[in-house]
Amino acid sequence: MKIIEIKNLSKKYFLRSGNRKTTLRDVALGMFDFLKNKEKKKVLWALKNINLEIEDGETVGIIGNNGAGKSTLLKILSRIIKPTSGEATLHGRTGSLLEVGTGFHRELSGRENIFLNGAILGMKRREIEKKYDQIVAFSEIEEFLETPIKHYSSGMFTRLAFSVAAHLDPEILIVDEILAVGDLAFQRKCLRKMRDINEKGRTILFVSHNMQAITRLCKRAIWINNGEIQMDSNAEDVVGTYLSSQLKTSARKSWNDLENAPGNNTAKLLEVGVCNERGENASTFDIRKPILVEMVYKVLQNERVLMPSLQIFNDQGICVFTSHDLDEEWRYRKRLKGTYRSYAKIPANFLAEGNFFVAVSATTYEPLTEHFNEKDVAAFLVTDSLEGDSARGDYAGPMDGIIRPILNWETFVEEKSGRVIDDK
Amino acid sequence: MSETSKSEYTFKIKPEESWLRIDLKELWQYREVFYLLVWRDLKVRYKQTLLGVLWVILQPVIATLILTVIFTKFGGIETGGTPYVLFAFSGFVIWMYVNTSVSQASNSLVYHEQLVTKIYFPRMFVPASSVGSGLPDLFLTLLILFVAMLFYGVLLTWKILLVPLFLFFALLVALSMSLLISSLNVRFRDVKFIIPFLLQVWMFASPIFYPLGWVPERFQPIFAINPITGLLEGFRYVLFGNELNWVVLGISIISTILILVLSIFVFRKMEDDFADLL
Repeated sequence: MKIIEIKNLSKKYFLRSGNRKTTLRDVALGMFDFLKNKEKKKVLWALKNINLEIEDGETVGIIGNNGAGKSTLLKILSRIIKPTSGEATLHGRTGSLLEVGTGFHRELSGRENIFLNGAILGMKRREIEKKYDQIVAFSEIEEFLETPIKHYSSGMFTRLAFSVAAHLDPEILIVDEILAVGDLAFQRKCLRKMRDINEKGRTILFVSHNMQAITRLCKRAIWINNGEIQMDSNAEDVVGTYLSSQLKTSARKSWNDLENAPGNNTAKLLEVGVCNERGENASTFDIRKPILVEMVYKVLQNERVLMPSLQIFNDQGICVFTSHDLDEEWRYRKRLKGTYRSYAKIPANFLAEGNFFVAVSATTYEPLTEHFNEKDVAAFLVTDSLEGDSARGDYAGPMDGIIRPILNWETFVEEKSGRVIDDK
Repeated sequence: MSETSKSEYTFKIKPEESWLRIDLKELWQYREVFYLLVWRDLKVRYKQTLLGVLWVILQPVIATLILTVIFTKFGGIETGGTPYVLFAFSGFVIWMYVNTSVSQASNSLVYHEQLVTKIYFPRMFVPASSVGSGLPDLFLTLLILFVAMLFYGVLLTWKILLVPLFLFFALLVALSMSLLISSLNVRFRDVKFIIPFLLQVWMFASPIFYPLGWVPERFQPIFAINPITGLLEGFRYVLFGNELNWVVLGISIISTILILVLSIFVFRKMEDDFADLL
């Protein structure tokens, strides 16, 4: 069943060339402006003909650059602003969380703010009373409930605010970029809570710049660009395409014209790409699947021993590793002129979640010469699932590190005290 | 968990709605937000200043005392047999309520920007909550007025039962001006600077501390376009049994209704842009 139907939704803003008349004084002084040249209004379409259908129970991530229209869409669906044309139909009680702690008042105590914020978010008083203990327990700030929140640290404030929000129980939950707050442990709790909400069959619309959270939580994602839906598909693909458009580096790059291809008169690079284990081009990889880096190059001189190599960088520019081609078949073998295609396989459960960039080079020994070394020729995204069989196990929050291997763990009992009650 | 069936609740978001329509069902649905806005206003106000309550009482009392001293010095005023102190104080009870509500409400939407731009609820609640949170003060000063009346030996008649009617009248006057001014203040940010001045003019143009009799009879109907005029005439009629000019009261009631309709119209028209303007 469709729970949200959006038809031709558009929102137009006027960008005035001059300053907007924001005071009565300006209006009075500008009363005769129309006699002069007509003020030119520039039209900005924050949203243009958005058509969208969301099924009951879906968790949909919305991504896009700042100013692309994501927040405008959420605000229209939350009824905060009106569309210019088109319509949206919501078949369910809608709760929106565009900001954590809306309506909190600094002079009031934590307890008072729970009721205030709850009501503002659309909970009935009885509902809040019923969930009060849960909210307090979730926030972990029991002992400060009677303190005015102006004395809270920002962390405590966030905890309290999110706890109220997390206990909202609407059929449609609209969430704007709220995971950027709180410490790691609390973020983890929040992500788990969002998963729970979704598992209860609630529909979630979720804007975030945290691509990893999007791929972890959402099956479907929508990329909004310049007010239009650029792509609407499964979350991995959308995030992958979006990121590569941002990076201006795609999963494959080739040089058709030998003249301009990188390299010298010994070897030239023709093509670099990343693909899955079946050899199909891909830009997004499940962490549990291997990644193949493919490079095609032309050897222009006979009788040379040539070593292709590969480097992987993460999005902070840190080199994750360098790998040389040690394949016995070619390691000491002199090559004939011709075109070669080499594959390097990055094993499954090795790279962490995130964006990675490929650099390739080719070297000959005696004398040691590098014939080409191209950085950022291809990029790909690794995503981690929440299915429990990757290195993250059942943990849903952010994990540090640029690699994420599954290690063997063993535990031995050194000394035992007490008795474990086995409930099995 | 409330397990309502999903098809039961459907909401359509469309560009425009009728400007004059007030969705009473929706106001009722969101009523708890209104209670909480009022409750929050009160709680914060009385938490911050211990003098809060005292101030509420002192303002009209001091104003009344000063005027009483001045006017008795200059030979007294014809107030239809009512002691001038009571006459002026009754005027200030109503005026202070309207004055405080309107000046609180004028900046309310801007002050609650965070709410207005992040959450949906009927926007009217914001200025309306200023009008609502003024009520306890009104009751308090009214109580003092009754005590003073007993002190001066003014006999209460059955008409006292009509007092709530005039309090409601005062509420409508405060509400209509609050809606109008608060929405204009979002659009024109200098409105808030002229509000104190306008309120002062309004006060002097209302028979608060002087009787309507000071105004030449033929101008009285024009004077009654100011809702406060009829409101105070009626209020004093039920309190002290003053003579009542029904034409004045009628004009003021009609004028109030027209202002209220106009205010709702302006508010509804501007409401959709609040989040974009703030």
